[in-house]
Amino acid sequence: MGEPSPRLNVKQAGDVTVVELTDRRILDEINISEIGDRLKLLISQSDTPRLVLDFSNVAHMSSSALGMLITLQKRVKDKKGQLRLCCIQPAIYEVFVITRLNEIFSIHGTRDEALESLD
Amino acid sequence: MCQADLAGRWVTTVRKTLVIRSDLREARTAEDTVLDAVAQHHYSDADAFAIKLALEEGLNNAIKHGNRCDPDKTVELAYDVSDEQAVFTITDQGPGFDPGRVPDPTADENLEKPCGRGIMLMRVYMDEVHYSQRGNQVCLLKRKS
Repeated sequence: MGEPSPRLNVKQAGDVTVVELTDRRILDEINISEIGDRLKLLISQSDTPRLVLDFSNVAHMSSSALGMLITLQKRVKDKKGQLRLCCIQPAIYEVFVITRLNEIFSIHGTRDEALESLD
Repeated sequence: MCQADLAGRWVTTVRKTLVIRSDLREARTAEDTVLDAVAQHHYSDADAFAIKLALEEGLNNAIKHGNRCDPDKTVELAYDVSDEQAVFTITDQGPGFDPGRVPDPTADENLEKPCGRGIMLMRVYMDEVHYSQRGNQVCLLKRKS
């Protein structure tokens, strides 16, 4: 029985790409590679990507997902773009704090705050 | 340490065992089975989050790093969930490793490395984490809050 593809809701707000992760289990290990590939494709399609990732629906996150985000951030930085994370649920945010990754990602409470933070 | 703990305390509480292939899809099914048992004992959302996270990390490590995704090797997940605590033992068929030699992922020089956080997260979210001497088995314990 096939698994449903992980869902990403992609919207364009001016020159900013807003990606909502719409499945609460979207960051399970088995989907991470596919999600990462899709986000890398979005990054590759812009000269200087400006990307907001909305985690409102995400209820679980593994260390592999953190690794995927780190790789994405590096790709965005390599292209002198900007990556923002927003709407991370408290339990997930705690994982960022424990791993100190809140120090290397730009994390915002709301999508509007994330958009406003972009240069 | 893990074996001693098993011999002295945990082995008598482990009631169910799942054996899966080195396949992440099978790991997810096994996780769901165990999480159903957790739900039946009315653990808090925070406890369930912690258990799911630790199982995900432990099974991923066993499949990817222990068995190196070898389809001929299996992973054993033994578990016992009660109203007081949940105990899990994950055993792979790899050569094992020394968890003491895994670099601290929160050190400044490792912060931007994409891997190496799984063991740390298990230690933070579980009440007890023990590795066998060989390093191919991890025992996890979560007390119900």
